[in-house]
Amino acid sequence: MKILQAPFTEEMMRSLRVGDEVAINGVVYTGRDAVHKYLHEGGELPPGVNLRDGIIYHCGPVVMKEANGDWKVTAAGPTTSIREEPYQGQIIRDFGVRGVIGKGGMGDRTLAACAAHGCVYLHAIGGAAQVLAECVKRVRNVYLLEKFGSPEAIWELEVENFPAVVTMDSHGGSLHAEVLRHSQAALAERV
Amino acid sequence: MNVLLDSLLELIRRTSAEIPDDVHRAILTSLENEKKGTIAESAFKIIERNIGLAKNKSQPICQDTGSILFYVDCPVGFDQIAFTETCREAVTLATRKGYLRQNSVDSITGVNDGTNVGPGSPTVHFHQHRASTLQVRLMLKGGGCENVGAQYSLPAEKLKANRDLDGCRKVILDAVLQAQGKGCGPGVLGICIGGDRAVGYEFSKLQFLRLLDDRNPDERLDALEQDILTTANELGIGPMGFGGKTTLLGVKIGVANRLPASFFVSVSYMCWAFRRQGVELDSALGISRWLY
Ligand code: SF4
Repeated sequence: MKILQAPFTEEMMRSLRVGDEVAINGVVYTGRDAVHKYLHEGGELPPGVNLRDGIIYHCGPVVMKEANGDWKVTAAGPTTSIREEPYQGQIIRDFGVRGVIGKGGMGDRTLAACAAHGCVYLHAIGGAAQVLAECVKRVRNVYLLEKFGSPEAIWELEVENFPAVVTMDSHGGSLHAEVLRHSQAALAERV
Repeated sequence: MNVLLDSLLELIRRTSAEIPDDVHRAILTSLENEKKGTIAESAFKIIERNIGLAKNKSQPICQDTGSILFYVDCPVGFDQIAFTETCREAVTLATRKGYLRQNSVDSITGVNDGTNVGPGSPTVHFHQHRASTLQVRLMLKGGGCENVGAQYSLPAEKLKANRDLDGCRKVILDAVLQAQGKGCGPGVLGICIGGDRAVGYEFSKLQFLRLLDDRNPDERLDALEQDILTTANELGIGPMGFGGKTTLLGVKIGVANRLPASFFVSVSYMCWAFRRQGVELDSALGISRWLY
């Protein structure tokens, strides 16, 4: 298990390889379909959101407001990442993103952007809403809440020991491509 | 106080927060089987921890609380209209209480009114029987795994799949290959051989109501189920598509008659967060027994 402690530097991300298990400590920003489309179309990052050396989390969390006005995340599993494939590479490049957390993996364009700009794809466990919600220690802020609604907003989350697996690294390695290739060959022998 | 409403609410709560025993057993066995120290084993450990946490906190196992599918076995003369109304009420209430996420969106406008009630949500399937008992089963079927379901029309030339059981085997295994880890595997396949396009998918989902460790009474289908389970687990896709020994937890196959002109094989994929429960209701509509 490798500990990834913010700030997430290029050197740190370049040291990671496919198959590494990591625990993330620091701030991550959620962003899913609406945010990616918005940034792709030239939308401005709201003041306060800093993606440089940062991590984007493909997640639409369930967040409740507590009696004292604080936000509390009650479920926070990853959503399917491939929907952001048309936008992700550009966003990694333009905003200096160092890590993308999601599930299911991404395609060639994102893989190329990871290599070119020193970023990795971090696969969280799909469906593990409760385990991952426990890793969120604090909701620091929320942006674009009115514009996009709660699941699609940018939530600034402080996470501790957030578990993930590097499935796409900055050296062209992709576990998804590897597993697909092997399983294809294994199936060919069995039909 | 409405007893039926309370019973349905409890059914929804428990379905959303607790994995049924048969599925839990299969997950525990798979965890044991994975090679120690692999990322597949780690994935299972997190899944296992999540199952425990959700149950103890009475919180949804997964934040996608899925399509809400009720299956009702009822006596002749049962008031289906009133029952459906109460189902809709229970879903609205369960959403307000956080047992279900606000998860249902108008397909044209994209508006989510936060109730989970609308055209096609929830769906309530009734089946009359001669007995006097009333049983209600509930399945919450996530979107990620629904997206990797597939329907094949045989013959499927590219896959060299003809209109026979071997052809069925080929397309079903192709569905497993295409899904990789994207449906939050390890998954369970519900399959229907035959039917039209609608009946095929409908029957494929009914297979998820079977116990995971039951055996198909039809010997040919039983053999196919076991074969696909074994073969799929030799492909090395593993939990989350990380690689590993467990790609599927189960395979369930049913059949429906078809037209001479059509031969559909419909495959539904259920993620590891396999949420289904059921209750038998007594004459006062209180819960007398849990079915899974
Ligand atoms: S596929 Fe299942 S486990 Fe995965 S996010 Fe959807 S509902 Fe949750």
